[in-house]
Amino acid sequence: MFKTLLKSVREYKMPSILCPLVMLGEAVMEILIPYFNTFIIGELENLSKPENYTVNTDVIILYSSLMVASAVFALICGVLGGKLAATASSGFARNLRQDMYDNIQTYSFANIDNYSTASLITRITTDVANVQMSYQMAIRMLVRAPVLFVSAIIMTVIIEPFMALIFASAAVLLGIVVFICMFKVGPHFRTMFKKYDNLNSVVQENLTAIRVVKSYVREDKEIEKMRSATGEVYKYSVKAEKILTFMMPCVTLTMFASNIIILITGANMSVGNISGNVNASDLQTLINYSVNILSGVMMVAMCLNFISLSKGSMERICEVLDEKSTLPNPVNPVKEVENGNIDFENVMFSYSNNAEEPVLSGIDLHISAGETFGIIGATGSGKTSLVSLIPRLYDVTEGSVKVGGVDVRNYDTDTLRNKVAMVLQKNVLFSGTVAENLRWGDENATDEELRFAAKQACADEFIEALPGGYDYDLGQGGVNVSGGQKQRLCIARAMLKKPKVIVFDDSTSAVDTKTDAQIRETLRKYAPETTKIIIAQRIASVQDADRILVLDDGVISGIGTHEQLLKSNAIYREVYETQMKGGDNDD
Amino acid sequence: MTKTTHAPKIGKGAKTPIKTLARLLIYAFSGYKVATAFMVIFVLMSSAATVTGASRFAPIIAELMNNGANADLNVIYGNVIFIACVYLAGALSSFAYNRIMMYIAQGTLRKMRDEMFAKMQYLPLRYFDSHTHGDLMSLYTNDIDTMRQLLSQTIPQIISSALTLVFVFSFMVYYSFTLTLLVMAIIAVMVFLIKNIGGKSAKFFLRQQVSMGKLNGYVEEMTEGQKVIKVFCHEQKAREGFRKLNDELNETSRKANAYAFILGPVTNNLSYLQYVMVAVIGFVVIVSGLGDGLLSSFCVFEGGGVAVYAGMLVSFLAFTRQFNMPVQQVSQQFNAIVMALAGAERIFAMVDTEPEDKGGEVTLTFGEYAENEWAWKKPVDNGFEYVPLKGDIRFNDVVFGYTDEKVILKNISLYAKPHQKIAFVGSTGAGKTTITNLINRFYDIQSGTITYDGLDIKSINKDDLRRSLGVVLQDTHLFTGTVMDNIRYGRLSATDEECKKAAKLANANFFIKHLPEGYNTLIKGDGANLSQGQRQLLAIARAMVSECPVLILDEATSSIDTRTEKLIEEGLAQLMYGRTVFIIAHRLSTVRNSHAIMVLDHGEIIERGNHEQLLEQKGKYYQLYTGAFELD
Repeated sequence: MFKTLLKSVREYKMPSILCPLVMLGEAVMEILIPYFNTFIIGELENLSKPENYTVNTDVIILYSSLMVASAVFALICGVLGGKLAATASSGFARNLRQDMYDNIQTYSFANIDNYSTASLITRITTDVANVQMSYQMAIRMLVRAPVLFVSAIIMTVIIEPFMALIFASAAVLLGIVVFICMFKVGPHFRTMFKKYDNLNSVVQENLTAIRVVKSYVREDKEIEKMRSATGEVYKYSVKAEKILTFMMPCVTLTMFASNIIILITGANMSVGNISGNVNASDLQTLINYSVNILSGVMMVAMCLNFISLSKGSMERICEVLDEKSTLPNPVNPVKEVENGNIDFENVMFSYSNNAEEPVLSGIDLHISAGETFGIIGATGSGKTSLVSLIPRLYDVTEGSVKVGGVDVRNYDTDTLRNKVAMVLQKNVLFSGTVAENLRWGDENATDEELRFAAKQACADEFIEALPGGYDYDLGQGGVNVSGGQKQRLCIARAMLKKPKVIVFDDSTSAVDTKTDAQIRETLRKYAPETTKIIIAQRIASVQDADRILVLDDGVISGIGTHEQLLKSNAIYREVYETQMKGGDNDD
Repeated sequence: MTKTTHAPKIGKGAKTPIKTLARLLIYAFSGYKVATAFMVIFVLMSSAATVTGASRFAPIIAELMNNGANADLNVIYGNVIFIACVYLAGALSSFAYNRIMMYIAQGTLRKMRDEMFAKMQYLPLRYFDSHTHGDLMSLYTNDIDTMRQLLSQTIPQIISSALTLVFVFSFMVYYSFTLTLLVMAIIAVMVFLIKNIGGKSAKFFLRQQVSMGKLNGYVEEMTEGQKVIKVFCHEQKAREGFRKLNDELNETSRKANAYAFILGPVTNNLSYLQYVMVAVIGFVVIVSGLGDGLLSSFCVFEGGGVAVYAGMLVSFLAFTRQFNMPVQQVSQQFNAIVMALAGAERIFAMVDTEPEDKGGEVTLTFGEYAENEWAWKKPVDNGFEYVPLKGDIRFNDVVFGYTDEKVILKNISLYAKPHQKIAFVGSTGAGKTTITNLINRFYDIQSGTITYDGLDIKSINKDDLRRSLGVVLQDTHLFTGTVMDNIRYGRLSATDEECKKAAKLANANFFIKHLPEGYNTLIKGDGANLSQGQRQLLAIARAMVSECPVLILDEATSSIDTRTEKLIEEGLAQLMYGRTVFIIAHRLSTVRNSHAIMVLDHGEIIERGNHEQLLEQKGKYYQLYTGAFELD
C-alpha cells in the first residue's frame, strides 16, 4: 500500500529527503543550545557565590556567541525545513490527486459504475488531505523526534550513564502508556468516523429532499433523526477523547516523576551517598533534556497514531490507483474504421460475472452501413446495453461484435469511439459556451463546421436566437437551455465527429415530433453513409426506419419494418396501440 | 430577512471577529456555568503548579551549588516533596480541566449541530434556493470542525497561557523591571512576526478552501459526465482541466503550510536570541556595577550586591523561558482562530436567518366535526367554528415571482371544485410547478389571494395546510431506511398492511418482492440502487398512504414507461377518487381525462377546458397533442 502511494512522490523526492536532513540540523541545535546555556548559567552562578568574584567574561562571550550562532542556524534550518515540508507534502498530495484522476480517466464504463461521484470526490479531497497530513508529519517529525530523543540520551550518558538509564526507562514506560492509549482510542475513532458519515448523510438527504420533508410536515421527525445521529457522534467522540484526556496527564506525570527521581539521585550523587558524577549545573541540564526526551517519544507516538488512523484513507486512495481498466487496448490495434457495417455474432452479455441471468443473450444481427435502424423495448429490456457494445463501452461476455468487419476488441479504443458516435440517454453538457460544448466532437472544427453540425441536429435556429449565439454560456450541466434544446445540442456535438455509426439512445425524447422527424430527415440527407441506430420510447421516432428491432428481456423478439412488425409482433403492436390511445399520434 | 449577506463567503475571514468570538464563548459556556467555573479554577491551579513547581528547583540547585558535598539533604528532600505534591496536584487539575473542557466542547458541538439542523428545517425554501448544497453541507463539516479545535484545544490553551503569562510577568517585574522591558520589546517583535506570518498563513488557508471548492466542483461536474467524456475520447482534456485546478490548489496549500510550519522555528529561535540578549546585557550591567539600573525590587529586598544580582539574573532567565512558552503555543493556534471565527460567523448567519412563518390560526381536525371527516377549525369570537374540508381551491388574480423583478405568474385565476382533477400543461418555465408550490405555501404570493374551502390559505396553520395536501414531486427523494419506512413516511401511523396495500396499488409490490429483503430492504443514498421509475412508484405509494384530501402530482409518472404506467392506472384512479387533484404531466395521456386542463405559457393561462373542448379550439393544446409543438 505504502509503495503504491509513494510512487506519486516523484519530483518531490528531493524536498522529501532534504526536509528530514534539515530538520536533523535543527534538532542537533536544539540539543546544543541548552548545553551551551549550561556554561553561561554556570558562570553566572559562580558570580553569585559571595566568595568568588573572578569573572570569566570570555566564557560568557564564547557561549553566548555559540548560542546565537546555533539559534540562527536552527532558525535557518527550521524555516528551510518548514518550506521543504510544505513543498514536499503539498506536492505529494497534488501528484496523488493527479494520478488518481488520470487513472479514473482510463476507467471503462464498468469501472465507473463501481464508484459514485460522491465517493470519488471524498477520495480525491478528504482522503488525500489526510495522507498529506500523515506525510507531512512523517517527514517533519519521524526523523526529528527520534534524533532529539537519541541525542538527548547521548548527552545524558556523557553526563552520567545512570541518569540516562532512568530517562530511558521513563521513555519506555511512556511509550507503552501512549501506545496502549492509542490502541484503545483507535477503534472508538473509527466508529466515530462512521457515525460522522451517518450524520452527514442525514444532512445531505434533508438538503436534497427538503421539499418532501416540508410537504409531509416531517421536520420534527427529521430533527429527531439528526438528534440521534449527533448523539451517537457525541457518544463515541467522548469515548475516544476520554482516553486522550487521560493520556496527557499520564505523560506529564511520567515526566515529572522522572525529574524527581533525577533530582533525588542527583542530589545524593553530588553529596556522595551514591557513586556518580553529577553536580548542580549538570542536574539543571538533565532536567532540561527530560523535556526533549519525553516529547520525542510523544511525537513519535502521535505521528504513528495519526498515520494508522489515516490507513482507511490510504486504502481508499489505493483502490482508485490500483483499479485497472476492464477494457485494455489490444497489442496491435486497428487504427482505421472501414465502414459502418455492424455485426452481432451470438452475443451474450451481463454486467457482472456472477449475475444469474444475462442482460442480453443470443443476439445475432447485421446492420448495413447507411441503414437507419430503430430499437424498441420496455425499460430493462437491454436496449442501452445492446448499443453500448458497439463503441466497446462494455465487452461482450460471449460472442463478438464487429464494426466494419473487425472485432471491436481489435480496435484502438479512441479510433473506434471517434467513429462510433453515441448520444447517451443520460446526457450531459458542461459549463462553457455552446461552441465549446460542440467542439467536444472535434476540437479543430471551424465555425462553418459547427453551424453545419447544428443544422443537422435542427439546433441552428435556436442557437442563433440565444444571446451571443454560439458564444452563449450554458452554465453548469447546461441549465440555461431547455431539455429539448439540450438534446439537440448533444446530437450536434456527436455529428461533429463525422462518425461512421451514430447511436441515439432515447435522445430525442424531449424534442417535439416534428423536429424529431426533421432531424432524421437531415441525417438521411447529409450523412447517407453513416449507420444510424435509434432507440426510442415513441413509435413515431422509429416507424420510418429501414428496420426496427423489438427487444424483450434481452432477446430479439422481432425485426422488420413498421408494417411487418405491426402484423407479426404482439409486443410492438401493444406499444403502438397504447401510444395511439395516449395521443402521440402524428397525423 | 437576508441576514445571510453578512456571513463571510468561504475563503474570507470573519467580518466582525470580536463580536463573533464573544457570541461563540457565550454560546459555549453559558450552558455550563458551574463546569466553566471549575474548569477555570483547575486551569488556574495547573498553571500555578507549573510555575511554583519550577521555582522550587532553584533552591535545590542553589543548595547543591553553595554547599557542594556538604549540602543538606533535608532541604533538598523538603523541596522535592513539595515539588512532587505540586506536580501531582498540577497533573490532576490538568486532567480535570481537560476532561471538563472535553465535555463542554463536545456538548457544545452537539448542541450546535442539533440547533443548526433544527433551525434549518424551518427555513423557507428561498433559503435553500439561494445556497448551494455544498455550502450548507460545509457548515456541518468544515465549519464545525474548526469549532472543535477552537473549543477543545485553543480556548483552554489560551486561558492557561494567559494565566501563566500573568504569573510569570509579575515575577519578572519583581525581579527586574528594566530587563522585563527588554523582554517585552523583543516579545513585541515576536508578536509582530506572528501576526504577519500567521496572518499570511491564515490567508492562504482560507484560499486553500476556495481552491479545494473549485476542484471539488470540477470533479463533480466531470464525473457526472464521465460517460460522455469516454464516448468523446475527451480523457486528455479532462486531465488537463484537472491539472490546472490541482496546481492552483497545490500552490495555495504549499504557501499556507509553509507559513504555518516556519512560525514555530521563528518564534522558538527568536526566544533563544532573546534569552542570550537578556543574559549578556544583564551580565554586562551587573559586572559594570550598574546593577541598580535593573530596578530589581527583589535585589533591593535581598540587600543588593553583585552576587545577589547574579542570582537574580539566573532566576530571571528561567522566567524568560517560561514566558516565551505560552506565547509560542498560542501563536501556533493563530490559524485555528481565524478559520474558526470565519466558520462561526457563517454558522451564526444561518442560525439567525428568519424562519418560515407558522401561518394562521386555522387548524386541521379529523373526526371532531363529524366522524371520519376532515374539517378546518377556525377560531371565532366565542370559541370555534368548523369548516368541513372539501378541497375547494381558488386562485384570484394571483401574481407571483421568485424575485420581485421577475414575475413568473401573471394574474392567474382558477378554481378547483371538490373532487375535480385539474391538469397543468405547458413548457418548462411556464409556471406549472410554481402554481403547486403556492398552494402549499412553499412560496408566498405577491398579490391576489388563494382560498381553500373559502379560507385564505394564509389564515391556515402552515403545517396543517401541508398535512392536508399529498404530494408526489418531480424529483423523487427517498430516505435512508427500509422500503417500508419510506412508504410510511406519508403517514407515520400507517400499519404494515396499509403500506403494503398502497405499494400494491402503486404497482410497486412487484419490484419490491424482488429486492433482496423485500419490504425490509435498506434504501441508501437516495435510493441509488433503484431505478428512477421504481423510485417514482415508491413516491406514489407514499402519497397513497398519506390519505390526504387533496393531491398534487408533479410529473409523478414521467420516468415510468408507458406499459407500467398503464398497469398503475387503476391504482392512480383509486388514489384520485374522491379527492381534489392537481396534476402536472409531460405525457398528455396522463392528463386527458381531467375535468379541466390549463395550458400555461409564460405565466399565463392561455387555454382552459377539458380535453375535447381544447382539441376543438385547435390552439396550442391541439398542437401539443398532435406533437407539432415541443414540450420540455
